[in-house]
Amino acid sequence: MAMAKVTFNDDLCKGCGLCVNACPKKILELDKERLNNKGYHPAACTDLEQCIGCAFCATTCPDLVITVER
Amino acid sequence: MAVVFEATKGLTGKPFHYCPGCTHGIIHRLIAEVMCEMGILEDTVSVASVGCSYNSYEYFACDAVQAAHGRAPAVATGIKRNLKDKVVFTYQGDGDLASIGAAEIIHAAARGEKITAFFVNNAVYGMTSGQMAPTTLLGQVTTTSPFGRDASYQGYPINVSEMIAPLTGAAYVERVCLTDYKNIMAAKKAIKQAFLAQQANLGFTMVEFLSTCPTNWGKEPLEAMDWLKEKMIPQYPLGVFKGEDIDFKKVEADVKAAKEGASA
Amino acid sequence: MAQKKVLMKGNEVIAEAAIRAGCRNYFGYPITPQTEVMHYMAKKMVEIGGNFVQAESEVAAINMVYGAAAAGFRVMTSSSSPGISLKQEGISYIAGAELPAVVVNIVRAGPGLGGIQPSQGDYFQACKGGGHGDYRNLVIAPASVQELYELTVEAFNLADKYRMMAMILGDGTLGQMMEPVAFRDEEPIVEPEKPWAACGRGGRAEHNTVTSIYIQPDDLERKNLELVEKYKIIERDEVRYEAIGLEDAEIVIVAFSTCSRICRNVIRQAAEKGIKVGMIRPITLWPFPKQIIRETAALPNVKAFLDIELSAGQMVEDVQIAVKGQKPVHFFGRMGGNLPMQKEILDKIIAIHENPEKEALD
Repeated sequence: MAMAKVTFNDDLCKGCGLCVNACPKKILELDKERLNNKGYHPAACTDLEQCIGCAFCATTCPDLVITVER
Repeated sequence: MAVVFEATKGLTGKPFHYCPGCTHGIIHRLIAEVMCEMGILEDTVSVASVGCSYNSYEYFACDAVQAAHGRAPAVATGIKRNLKDKVVFTYQGDGDLASIGAAEIIHAAARGEKITAFFVNNAVYGMTSGQMAPTTLLGQVTTTSPFGRDASYQGYPINVSEMIAPLTGAAYVERVCLTDYKNIMAAKKAIKQAFLAQQANLGFTMVEFLSTCPTNWGKEPLEAMDWLKEKMIPQYPLGVFKGEDIDFKKVEADVKAAKEGASA
Repeated sequence: MAQKKVLMKGNEVIAEAAIRAGCRNYFGYPITPQTEVMHYMAKKMVEIGGNFVQAESEVAAINMVYGAAAAGFRVMTSSSSPGISLKQEGISYIAGAELPAVVVNIVRAGPGLGGIQPSQGDYFQACKGGGHGDYRNLVIAPASVQELYELTVEAFNLADKYRMMAMILGDGTLGQMMEPVAFRDEEPIVEPEKPWAACGRGGRAEHNTVTSIYIQPDDLERKNLELVEKYKIIERDEVRYEAIGLEDAEIVIVAFSTCSRICRNVIRQAAEKGIKVGMIRPITLWPFPKQIIRETAALPNVKAFLDIELSAGQMVEDVQIAVKGQKPVHFFGRMGGNLPMQKEILDKIIAIHENPEKEALD
């Protein structure tokens, strides 16, 4: 069972990429396959198993997209 | 699993209109989180300024007053002098605080007004689309310095924290940035310390946030963060410029005791 | 019951009246000829535990006024013409945010740096805007030190009642003159609840915002229409003026404040020459006493109007609108700080009596 979980409120995301850069496990990326209702590629976690729940992503996100559980 | 990070109740939840990667969003959230953690949301009045954050009162869940361009410290003075037991803060950009509002910020600090000024310094005028600011760096291209800021034409950038700190009325002045987790948490701590110093009536407090403006710098958000680290920090060093000796643990305890004494 | 009278200077009476009206905030900046208001406040306001700040500029002062008003407190500032010019942005914000505040203008001669002697040349600035946007200010023109007291107290009540700025438009003569004032034992203070104030949520369901910004045109238009409705009510209910001898007047003087005082003597002198002169003395300049002027213009005995001002002629435009072409309107003014001599006014009256149409305004 994963140690932690991140949830993304897709429609708040502006695709700025700050969280992708902040993640120490490098498991976030902007999903080029999808567009949210603002027209951005929203950030998403590619490998939830690796998430350590550090919340670096949520802390650097300017738009309160991410909720972190641990 | 328990939630370790979620949206703070100090914000109304209205989605921010700020540009992708704009640090206003982070700063708003930090201030809102601190208000909630300190239990002062119901006892705070914010003063919005003119700039990209003109409508910060739609985001902060506390009472708010909109101020004319540059005048937020004067408006905050009028509020705080009447509401001595409330926390009052201004939220201003570099045009608002350091250009048109230069007199107001200096005199609020000199008078030791018990208010906190949050100064968002992104070296450019955001809302009005990218003109030179008092904090624009030499060589920086803006819509009113299209050949790069030239000292002989346009003078030199102003280091606001260094200018305000020597005023006796200023109790706590710190400059922070938001480039990574460590710095963001240091910024959050600075916000809390500023509010504590206000609650303890130590004097005027200010936190200067080095911020990015990806849109008007013409850079992607991550590129903008890099530019901030490379170019802005050498001009605007991080650190505490006033109040380095304040024992904030003691201040916090004293404020708590005074509150409990008052309600006893 | 005989009231005890105190001899006091106009400027100081304004300050005393504000304090009696429950005002505990004064923010100002020195400028001649109103500085005594600030000096009085510097002492008295501090003595009673109120807030006194000598601000860094008139601009800062009006914004401190805005802040205190936004937090729900009675507040005043005072200045003189050039300083009032500086305050115009703040005044527009006060109008847009619908905040109660009292602003005192002890008018001096202009334009520009001008002089320090009295003038009425800020009528346009006070009554026709001054600041940007569609708004009105309550403008009150006391004509004696006693009126400075009573009308300043009233200004606070009106400002609170209608959530707007009330301006006391004085001039250097009034501000400097000393007259006996009878103070009431108790002031008629009417201070409403202010549930809109930004003073800390304190458990309220929604947070209060005091603002004048409405980005969506429909929202801003709606706001402007609300203001228009408010001003209509004020024009209906709050006009104040003094009328003297209108029933049989041949010539009607329209003058306010200092000019009206000079004209009282001229009216007597004209009567001695067999010329019946009446006077309409506006006490509120906005709302302007349009109706009484219009009704008076319709009287068969009235042959002409004479507007006297310490200016090149500002209020006279409103007199012309009110008279609506029914009778000729004449103007006489002095500027630069000079006051009209009684003889000058009397000569003008005699000329009008001989030929009401000659040299009337267009």
